[in-house]
Amino acid sequence: MRVKTRALVTAAGLALALMASGCGADDGDGGTSGSGNKKVEVFTWWADGGEKAGLDGLVAQFKTDCSQYEFVNGAVAGGAGSNAKQVLASRLQQSDPPDTFQAHAGAELTDYIKAGQIEDLSAQYKEWGLSSAFPKGLVDSLTVGGKIYSVPANIHRANVLWANKTVLANAGITAPAKTMPEFFTQLDTLKAKGIATPLALGKDWTQQMLFEAVLISRLGPDKFNGLWSGKTDWAGADVTDAINDYKKLLTYSNKDRDTFDWTDAEKLLMEGKAAFQLMGDWEAADLDAKNFKDYSYSVFPGNGDAYQWLADSFVLPKGAKNPEGTKCWLKTLGSAAGQKAFNVKKGSIPARTDSVATDYPAYQQAAIADWAKGTPVPSCPHGSACSQGWQGAVGSAQGKFSSDGDVASLQKALVAAAKQFAGK
Amino acid sequence: MSTKNTARMRRWAPGLILLAPSLIVLGVFVYGLIGWTAKLSLTDEHDALGSKGFVGLQNFIDLFTEDINGRFVHSLKNLLVFTAVFMLGALLLGLLWAFLLERGVRGEGFFRAVYLFPMAVSFVASGVVWRWLMNSGTGDQAGGLNRIFHDLHLGFLENPWWTDPDWGMAAMALPAIWQLSGYVMALFLSGFRGIPAELREAAAMDGATGYQLYRHVIFPQLTPTALSALIILGHMSMKMFDLIMSVSGAQWITEVPAVYVWQTLLTSDYAKAAAISMILLLLVAVVIIPYLIYNNRVERRS
Repeated sequence: MRVKTRALVTAAGLALALMASGCGADDGDGGTSGSGNKKVEVFTWWADGGEKAGLDGLVAQFKTDCSQYEFVNGAVAGGAGSNAKQVLASRLQQSDPPDTFQAHAGAELTDYIKAGQIEDLSAQYKEWGLSSAFPKGLVDSLTVGGKIYSVPANIHRANVLWANKTVLANAGITAPAKTMPEFFTQLDTLKAKGIATPLALGKDWTQQMLFEAVLISRLGPDKFNGLWSGKTDWAGADVTDAINDYKKLLTYSNKDRDTFDWTDAEKLLMEGKAAFQLMGDWEAADLDAKNFKDYSYSVFPGNGDAYQWLADSFVLPKGAKNPEGTKCWLKTLGSAAGQKAFNVKKGSIPARTDSVATDYPAYQQAAIADWAKGTPVPSCPHGSACSQGWQGAVGSAQGKFSSDGDVASLQKALVAAAKQFAGK
Repeated sequence: MSTKNTARMRRWAPGLILLAPSLIVLGVFVYGLIGWTAKLSLTDEHDALGSKGFVGLQNFIDLFTEDINGRFVHSLKNLLVFTAVFMLGALLLGLLWAFLLERGVRGEGFFRAVYLFPMAVSFVASGVVWRWLMNSGTGDQAGGLNRIFHDLHLGFLENPWWTDPDWGMAAMALPAIWQLSGYVMALFLSGFRGIPAELREAAAMDGATGYQLYRHVIFPQLTPTALSALIILGHMSMKMFDLIMSVSGAQWITEVPAVYVWQTLLTSDYAKAAAISMILLLLVAVVIIPYLIYNNRVERRS
């Protein structure tokens, strides 16, 4: 009998221990920010490279401006942010938010706003003078139902056409194309000179970016913005024209594009196997890091002064343990000094229009000038134009189009995606 | 009465107590979570906002009727092509190798190890290598296998591999076949070895030819082995995720339900992801449950 009791106790104890370890596993680092109101936990996916350097610069500024608070790094590495987003979603569901977290500015924030998970910052925008420091188009894009919920840290540009100077010179191309027909002529010239696939392209989101650039050329910035707000019809004839242009562009691109990341496509450009690549302006920092100097850049043909922006921004979550500390972080982030500390190192440009261009490297100086006078348009694959669900649906349709080139089916899918996700 | 109860207790209580921890853990983390997923698949939790209520089987119906571009049906078709090519390829190759080894080869142990070894490699690791081998560039841009074909002047063999919109999934099955044929071979080899020598001797006495011996004596005895191999390959194929993610990444041409679940989760559409998971579970159950029933019967008989 005694043996049996002991066995029973052991078994029960073991079961309890297993249960406890199972349940305790997801507590994680939730406690770090709770121990006193001096700590500010900043949740990002900036764990290495230029992004980490930018964050470090910003933290240095934070230490000066907000010396009464202590910065706690809550970075989750991996998967270009997808790991971090999963962790964040579960923490928000458990009402254990970090003091502030990183998110793409614009439509990608709508889920959090609708769930009431982040606070309105309109009052702070007035107090800190941000409404006038950021361009009006950007402020409009950030405004949801008359309120602003996030402070952008930087601006990247998506619609930039990168080129290999030597390849262009060999084909006698001296000036960047201003319109789509000119661009097609240049591509034909390059083909005739033996560059079989003059346009380097990668998979999924890189194809979405190229397609959006073509859309901007066909529709112009205003109608393009309308695609995302519901004012422009995806079923329209101008969208069909854009899809046909895009289909024609694909014939100039490498056939194995669906096996390529953007850096693989970049390699084609660097090796001179391709002349052009459409990519965001993080390519400048990457080409510089790879010590490739023979490149030039221009806005995508036909885009005019449209500045397709994407931005990382920070928010004040509801239930943050140290809201005053978070506000101090956001104030630093929005200030001229904070934006400079961050962007010089990250390779992007400040969202503020009053920054001093000469503080930055050459590409960024040009981008700052364009940002000040350009028309801002958002980007779906980078979260400023559409929600994550919309982005996934468009990505899938684009992938299908890359393999079958079916214009009607792509347009039908785009219409269906807009119907399912717009206004949500 | 009470002594009888105590005696009965004594018989099954210790076993139950020892099993209890694993039963509880299984109950919570496997069956509990299956139940939770099933419940989630019946709600409208399509974003991070949470659920507003139950929608019955709507999520399942939408998958087949409303999905943009018929994405879910497309992923099922991909899975079908993959599974058919993978199972057929691995079974035929495995049987062939087992047959050759069974006929008596010098250095059998060496070949057995060589064939079995790919199974020790993870799908992720072999996927990365096959991603390079199955490079879809042709002509001057060729790499991997296409490069070899090109250099050997066998240009007609160059092909787009997994990027082919119709038969890409057949190419995707190649790494899986390469990896699991050796395992199937080991199964068949033990099947061959399990056939008593008397049977072969009796067949020889009756004057059976080599072909007749295999056709009427040996192969019929391998049916249970073939069935086990089919089930094991089948359920692995249904859940295929890591190989596809490391060869192609998540994209339209090679999307199967498991990858679709992942993609859907990344957009926070929890209800839809749960619905696809439930269909996947049913598909695997269709393969596994008859096998379990069959096994139970065989064990009871013996």
